[in-house]
Amino acid sequence: MTKLTFIAHDGTHFDMDAENGSTVMENAIRNAVPGIEAECGGACACATCHVYVDEAWTAEVGEPEAMEEDMLDFAYDVQPNSRLSCQIKVRDALDGLVVRVPERQG
Amino acid sequence: MTGTISTDVLIVGAGPVGLFAVFELGLFDMKCHLIDILDKPGGQCAELYPEKPIYDIPGWPSISAQGLVDKLLEQIAPFKPDFTYNRMVSSLEKLEDGSFRVITDENEVFEAKVVVIAAGGGSFQPKRPPIPGIEPYEGKSVFYSVRRMEDFRGHDLVIVGGGDSALDWTLNLQPVVKSVTLVHRRPEFRAAPDSVNKMYAMQEMKQLEFRVGQVTGLTGADGQLSSATIKGGPDGDIEVPCTRMLPFFGLTMKLGPIAEWGLNLHENLIPVDTEKFQTSVPGIFAVGDINWYPGKLKLILSGFHEVALMAQAAKRVISPGERIVFQYTTSSTSLQKKLGVSG
Repeated sequence: MTKLTFIAHDGTHFDMDAENGSTVMENAIRNAVPGIEAECGGACACATCHVYVDEAWTAEVGEPEAMEEDMLDFAYDVQPNSRLSCQIKVRDALDGLVVRVPERQG
Repeated sequence: MTGTISTDVLIVGAGPVGLFAVFELGLFDMKCHLIDILDKPGGQCAELYPEKPIYDIPGWPSISAQGLVDKLLEQIAPFKPDFTYNRMVSSLEKLEDGSFRVITDENEVFEAKVVVIAAGGGSFQPKRPPIPGIEPYEGKSVFYSVRRMEDFRGHDLVIVGGGDSALDWTLNLQPVVKSVTLVHRRPEFRAAPDSVNKMYAMQEMKQLEFRVGQVTGLTGADGQLSSATIKGGPDGDIEVPCTRMLPFFGLTMKLGPIAEWGLNLHENLIPVDTEKFQTSVPGIFAVGDINWYPGKLKLILSGFHEVALMAQAAKRVISPGERIVFQYTTSSTSLQKKLGVSG
């Protein structure tokens, strides 16, 4: 199991154990993290699971692919550390990952 | 306004469940007309994820979303449904004889004995961009589509976005406006490379301005814009003249005018019974993702089941007193006749 932490926009921490191979978004939905809508269900088609990856983790998480980058155009207040959480797969190297939820989705 | 279009069943939404409703209703000789806000059938399957595989359609271990839509269209073809695209249903009223009058946002009038709401997550509508304080300008100087190019003549236009709509309108409106500034958060575009090249060429000739960044603020009064603030580019925050703005931030789903049809709602969903899938108004049914009942699952599979039962109830509304005979397509010669196949 890999540990994940979501920090909601109001500062509340949501700590969880995530299965490797699942997406970060799926874990947010399973744990009812407020502010992650995932309207399209993980198809990289809506930009409503937008998160900010904690600075300490951006290198390990990596850059979005072209399709995700296109979708990020539709997100609210996009920053250099913005990612769509449905496109980040949980793996051992991400143990302890921290992501923050933006003020709103789109 | 064209004349009234009459049909047995008006289906609001041409997604997979709306399409399959045509099949089940057709087996009972009910003629269907579908209205959809998109320019094509298939709903979310066609608009959001056409290439994505679906794994839980019985009999199809894997089928692409568009593939499923194509198969459904093939399956319902014998019933010759009519389609009206690019329209949102704006109002619905019950007439004295128990039928319904439905009016679209382009003022077409439909009359139907039964209405089936298969509107999924609601209608696709332009997404409001993340610009604070944009609301008072909407419909006055901020527009989400171009109905008449003349409305932009002589204006300082700012277009926001990086897809085909943004690029196409930048190029098409450039000759009529006073100035055009294209704003996109990065130098890469989703639009056709040819349009992007044209845009850069026009920028070279100083016919338009392209700025990398995000619009963060608007200035104006009484709904009329005067300037926009752009942040994120190499020049820091800059202010550009702006009397018209066209933001293109994709589509989102909203329940829309259905909320005002006098139906009971449950968290933006339409409660139905699980025998008929009828709403709080007799003769109006709701199927697929837009309905709610205890245990509801938003699966295409569930929607298919719902339309089969709904069709029985709709038949009772349209042909009261007529005996409904339960038949299998495998063995019924009368159903096979309707499907245009011989047994």
